[in-house]
Amino acid sequence: MSAKKIVLTFPKDKIDKPIVYKLIKEFDLSFNILKASITPDQEGHMVLELDGDKAEIDKAIKHLKDEGVNVEFLSKEIKVNWDKCTQCGACVSICPTEALYIKDRQTMEVAFDPEKCIACELCIRPCPPRAIEVHF
Amino acid sequence: MAKTIQEINEKIKKGKAVVVTAEEIIGIVEQKGAAQAAKEVDVVTTGTFGPMCSSGAYLNFGHTRPKLKAGGGTATLNNVPAYTGWAAVDLYLGATAMPDDDPRNKIHPGEFAYGGGHVINDLVAGKDVRLQVEAYGTDCYPRKHLDTWINIKDLNEAVLFNSRNAYQNYNVAVNLSDKTIYTYLGTLKPKLGNANYCSAGQLSPLLNDPYYKTLGIGTRIWLGGGIGYIVWQGTQHNPHAPRGKSGVPKRGAGTLALIGDLKQMGPDWLKGVSLIGYGPSMAVGIGIPIPILNEEIVKYTAVKDEDIVAAVVDYSDAYPNAKADVLAEVNYAQLKSGSIELKGKQVPTSGLSSYKKALQIAEDLKTQIKQGEFLLTEKVADLPAGESAPRFKPLKERPVKEGK
Ligand code: SF4
Ligand code: SF4
Repeated sequence: MSAKKIVLTFPKDKIDKPIVYKLIKEFDLSFNILKASITPDQEGHMVLELDGDKAEIDKAIKHLKDEGVNVEFLSKEIKVNWDKCTQCGACVSICPTEALYIKDRQTMEVAFDPEKCIACELCIRPCPPRAIEVHF
Repeated sequence: MAKTIQEINEKIKKGKAVVVTAEEIIGIVEQKGAAQAAKEVDVVTTGTFGPMCSSGAYLNFGHTRPKLKAGGGTATLNNVPAYTGWAAVDLYLGATAMPDDDPRNKIHPGEFAYGGGHVINDLVAGKDVRLQVEAYGTDCYPRKHLDTWINIKDLNEAVLFNSRNAYQNYNVAVNLSDKTIYTYLGTLKPKLGNANYCSAGQLSPLLNDPYYKTLGIGTRIWLGGGIGYIVWQGTQHNPHAPRGKSGVPKRGAGTLALIGDLKQMGPDWLKGVSLIGYGPSMAVGIGIPIPILNEEIVKYTAVKDEDIVAAVVDYSDAYPNAKADVLAEVNYAQLKSGSIELKGKQVPTSGLSSYKKALQIAEDLKTQIKQGEFLLTEKVADLPAGESAPRFKPLKERPVKEGK
């Protein structure tokens, strides 16, 4: 079993097709939609986490590509170095997915949910003590 | 019944003082009323932790053999320039200093990965730091070059000396323009994409003693994890700022100049920070105890986030161009809720000042006082307050005509 995060970009004419639905039907995979922005007549984006047999994942990705969907792997992993983090909260309003968020509004403690992170790296440089790291 | 600082200190020495944080006192005054709270509570502890650019340290690194005079020459610590315009082996290193070869904002926004604040953090962490000095040589100080590792434990003196800290309230920064801007209040997304504030609000030292009644020159404080003192009002100290409920300033107002032995401080409380597109700086931790001398003082310390109002300022135009425009006034309860409403839009908020660390500082100071390890001091002089205090004013430029 393995898990992979992928970013899908759908061309305009493919948006209304049930491409993602087919992933469950035809391949033995489970998936999590981490982010989706699909509006009619525009390119659509989706961040998926695929879980299942490695060979099945590869087949599913081939299928997506054959359908004209652009597939990119999220091989980067974002980590917060909590020893360096000063809990200022500057990253919270920068992060587009609320992966960085305030866990407790009483103490204003900052937390990180890697499940929601799309590795956009927008938070890296605005962090004053540079506590957020990109791992490859 | 009013109390004196001596009476409170006697209780502290016996381990009998009642000490609470500036957060805890809010509920106590609400429940029991100010009169009873003033009787029961002896000390309220405050805290703040955030980037404070007007910070730095002076060091005396000891004489070399033969002797060298850094004064009039140049010196760097880990490649960051330090000020040498003093006697032979004293240096001052400012938090915003950066290496001469740092590209600054040539590729905007600059990284500013390492600067004076980071050097101070390395020193405090006990790391070796490279000191390089170029001097011109005199009969009494003949040596011209020095390149050596130094360590804080070997220095004669290492003193944190900050000319402006602990701002009493601060602006909330937003960006009305249509491109991202990079400021000392963080990265501001276009068209009101976010709003950044920088104060510990109800925990902040000067917001708990708005007229500087208990704290002043000579007050012993918690500084950078060690002991420090208020030595003067900070630069730009401006007690004339407009005030709201209970005298709490609605704009940046009072400030403090602070001093303390760097050797006793800790790397968690003096952190080098890199403000993208702006420069390096240092986040400083400060905690100030407020002796509850009477009912009036306890009322001040019961100030809560809802009562503290700050000005929202556009950092794409009003701030850089020194215009007085204020977009809105919001309070810290709203700021800490995660979003504020501006021009009909929900704008996400972020702090630059760490409330969690401020709370840890207030708790640590509370523990030290309770255990009899930290005694309060009587101030030896007041900070400027009231009508007679000097006013903070802009520079009046008098252009210089060439050839005159
Ligand atoms: S990389 Fe992007 S999504 Fe992940 S935490 Fe940082 S800002 Fe949020
Ligand atoms: S910006 Fe950096 S230091 Fe501040 S809370 Fe986020 S990760 Fe921590």
